[in-house]
Amino acid sequence: MRRPFRFGPVSLSRPSISAADLVVVAGLGAVLALAIRLAWRAPAVVAGPRISLAVSALPWYALLSTSRMAAAYVLSLGFSLAYGYFAARSQAARKVLMPLLDILQSVPILSFLPVVLLGLSALLPQGIATELAAIVLIFTSQAWNMTYSFYQSVTTVPQEMREAAAIFRLSPWLRFRVLDLPFAALGLIWNSMMSWAGGWFFLMAAEIFRVGSRDFRLAGLGAYLQTAADANDLKAVAAGVITLILTIVLLDQILWRPVLAWADKFKVEMVSSDAPPPRSWFYDVVHHSHLIGWLRRRCWLPVTERLDLRANLPAESEGTKGRGLWRRLSLAVLALLGFAAAAALLFGFYRAVVTLAGLPAAGWAALGTGVLATFGRVVASLVLALLWTVPVGVAIGTNRRLAGVLQPVVQVVASIPATALFPVLVLALLRVPGGLNLAAVILMLAGTQWYLLFNVIAGTAAIPQDLRDSADLLRLSRWQRWKTLTLPALFPFLVTGAITAGGGAWNASIVAEYVTFGGETHSTVGIGSLIAQATAASDYRLLLASTLTMVLAVVGINRTWWRWLYLQAEVRFKLE
Amino acid sequence: MMTTTTTAPASTDLLTVHAVTKSYGTADKVFTAVKDIDLRIAEGEFVCLLGPSGCGKSTLLRIIAGLMPATSGEVLYCGRHIKGVNPYATIVFQTFALFPWLTVEQNVTVALKARSVDPPTRHATALRLIDTVGLDGFEKAYPRELSGGMRQKVGFARAMAVEPELLCLDEPFSALDVLSAEALRGELMELWLGKKLPTRAILMVTHNIEEAVLMADRIVVMGKNPGHVVTEIAVELHHPRVRKDTAFQALVDRVYAAVAGHTPSEAESLGTAPGQPGHTRRLPPARINALSGLMERLNEEGGRSDLYRLGADLQLELDDLLPVLESAQILGFAQVTEGDAVLTPLGKAFAEATILTRKQLVAGRILRQPTILWIFETLRQDDNQRVARSFFLDKLRADFGDEASNQLDLAIKWGRYAELFDYDDDRDELYPEPAQE
Repeated sequence: MRRPFRFGPVSLSRPSISAADLVVVAGLGAVLALAIRLAWRAPAVVAGPRISLAVSALPWYALLSTSRMAAAYVLSLGFSLAYGYFAARSQAARKVLMPLLDILQSVPILSFLPVVLLGLSALLPQGIATELAAIVLIFTSQAWNMTYSFYQSVTTVPQEMREAAAIFRLSPWLRFRVLDLPFAALGLIWNSMMSWAGGWFFLMAAEIFRVGSRDFRLAGLGAYLQTAADANDLKAVAAGVITLILTIVLLDQILWRPVLAWADKFKVEMVSSDAPPPRSWFYDVVHHSHLIGWLRRRCWLPVTERLDLRANLPAESEGTKGRGLWRRLSLAVLALLGFAAAAALLFGFYRAVVTLAGLPAAGWAALGTGVLATFGRVVASLVLALLWTVPVGVAIGTNRRLAGVLQPVVQVVASIPATALFPVLVLALLRVPGGLNLAAVILMLAGTQWYLLFNVIAGTAAIPQDLRDSADLLRLSRWQRWKTLTLPALFPFLVTGAITAGGGAWNASIVAEYVTFGGETHSTVGIGSLIAQATAASDYRLLLASTLTMVLAVVGINRTWWRWLYLQAEVRFKLE
Repeated sequence: MMTTTTTAPASTDLLTVHAVTKSYGTADKVFTAVKDIDLRIAEGEFVCLLGPSGCGKSTLLRIIAGLMPATSGEVLYCGRHIKGVNPYATIVFQTFALFPWLTVEQNVTVALKARSVDPPTRHATALRLIDTVGLDGFEKAYPRELSGGMRQKVGFARAMAVEPELLCLDEPFSALDVLSAEALRGELMELWLGKKLPTRAILMVTHNIEEAVLMADRIVVMGKNPGHVVTEIAVELHHPRVRKDTAFQALVDRVYAAVAGHTPSEAESLGTAPGQPGHTRRLPPARINALSGLMERLNEEGGRSDLYRLGADLQLELDDLLPVLESAQILGFAQVTEGDAVLTPLGKAFAEATILTRKQLVAGRILRQPTILWIFETLRQDDNQRVARSFFLDKLRADFGDEASNQLDLAIKWGRYAELFDYDDDRDELYPEPAQE
């Protein structure tokens, strides 16, 4: 049976908090302190872009947003391949790179947005700084799971395939091209799709980020929607939402579906499965196009042929002297770079300690209540999400007709980044008492419930038919059936879904707890709100302290509570 | 400079393996896969490495091909040391190891591409070889569209593409169905005997005794713990060999006897308790149901049966039969002599007993096995009568290394069957069965 795809991080089976984790967190603190040191010089007033609400401007905004996504994705892909390959090939590198990756993927990315924005603004012209910050932010949201997937694939290439590559003496390049990359392709593509979808959430957050007199917004679909909501222009809001959905659907049709259809040949299973292969009309068009065929024959094949042959191992007699020198030289450069980086980190760490030491006691108290308040919202959103996704997901997962009708709808709705709709939500809720609190929870819910829903559907579909039949034969009552079959079978899927969802909820707090709307600033108690306030007030002590607090809170919860549940799921509730 | 023909005088061996040992792990925990192996392969010879699973035959094959280095000892090819992968050797793998995303033709040509052969020659060579193995028309097919036998043909075509002087076969037929395997064996022998291959020698790893006798000129029988050469048996039957020939059957019997060995004396066979000096005997990975089946079968056969026939009748491969036989020997239910399994009086009693009596019989005998006795005694002497799994695991690691967890699981299975002790999976603790208190 093919293992159903689980959406979520997969690296929790590692040891709980270790010395390496502390080093990594300290390193993060050092990097943050260095960036904040730069931020001191950031301009106090930042003028945002002018956003036109004309419908004719929408294609241009859509193109801008998509380009940022594409730039970040290309960066992520390159990073994943290099990092994953290096970690898989070198034992020494793995010891450093894997714990680092493990923490990086559980860090709440959005909490870095202010620091990155301020730091880059101090260095670069405003327009470039905000563009770059958005791309860096999306990159950090996309790269880790792709890297992890690629690393895992490369390390799990079947031994005999690796041996075949060795015995036929494939060069490292040729082995990468015909073995490692194809073997990793499917996982990499699935993770790319997830990363891409997640990227929209962060892009929209980056495009609408505005605190106090600093307007870091970027011309794009997110800013358009926000401006429209700000102006109470419901027609423009509708046009913006439709454009966003169209963009996402179009990308799905002419990018991801064709890629999936093409990648079907990278399936490793040797048996043809019952499930029909993924199809794509666009892929069929491209595949049968003469132009593409001609390009393939004339450009692609000759180029790869030359690369393949050039990369072949040189004849055995060729001297190793030059290579030895080259090796020593590159080692020296590496050592120098490493030394410089270590020195910078130490300095950063020192700065971090000094900065934090200056924070008054009241500041720490505010951090404590902030974390607790945000934690409460995260829990509330998770509980709400579980309450509706479990019954609905199980219904969709067990009922094929329902699944056929609902799945496409769910997919489209889920693909709308919650942050894009947040301004609209605020518009609707701001007049209600406690409205921002409610809006914050709803944003967290909207951003995270889909992970849970998809996991519940996948988990339900994975319950073996014979177990369902036995439950029928035993005439289990509805409740007994839930208790003895459905819930235990769903447990691992719920845990993985909830881990990702929880991480997303923390992220959402940055944009959800502090809002500038219609020229007024509204905020509520929370750690995300503190980060935003610190950014607005140029309170760099508080900015560093609150960002670090959020990182520690999320990593801590991941490493204790979620890890414990995850182990339970792996050991006790796994259906083999 | 290395060329393929000039440096090897005709009379010397193509390959010489001298005192090769391969061990894993560090100082305190060493696992030795093969020890002090000596082997020679002459020009024109077809040699089989035969033995039960875990005897290190595949490891030896990989050392010979240069895929892994030996810990000590030396491998000489045409009298020379070769560093890294032997460029004159190639392997046909048990699971084919084809790249699923490449077509049949691409799977063959990629081996040539790595040797910088130009595209037209690659194409021509691939087509010729695909034709040779009888797959023409399937050049553009993907491996998943082919049957197991056809996939292995691609494996052979790919291996032949690099014109190996030494062709290494790693159980190439064991993942195939019986008919495909038989057909493919015949085709390989036809090519080999008809000198249609550029190959100078073939080395095949197998655990199938008939297959070895059918194909090889010489069979090197290996044993385990650690892997070593037990004996070498020359096969001087004429080709084509026929399974029903008495000479063939007699040889199969002889090889069976060599592989299965004979039941050693009790002290030697049981070994010492974990943690004590001396060799601690592993529990064989046998299922208890299979043991019952074997005992009943032997009893029906009148208490003595030819191992070769027994394996065939029960449709058990050597790898499945030997562990069951070993557990029967540990319990004192059966003995192995001269390639025959012989039921002891105790074994006969077991075969004829009811389920409950069987459990009692096993309970009485299995306590002689030092690991099980040690667990049993530890549990009874414990104040709470409950001991954590990790306690046993730590101690067993000293003797069994990475195998410790498997050994403990096996011990628990026997303990549960014999109702000596049980295991609480939720709390990860072992405890004695109440009946024994």
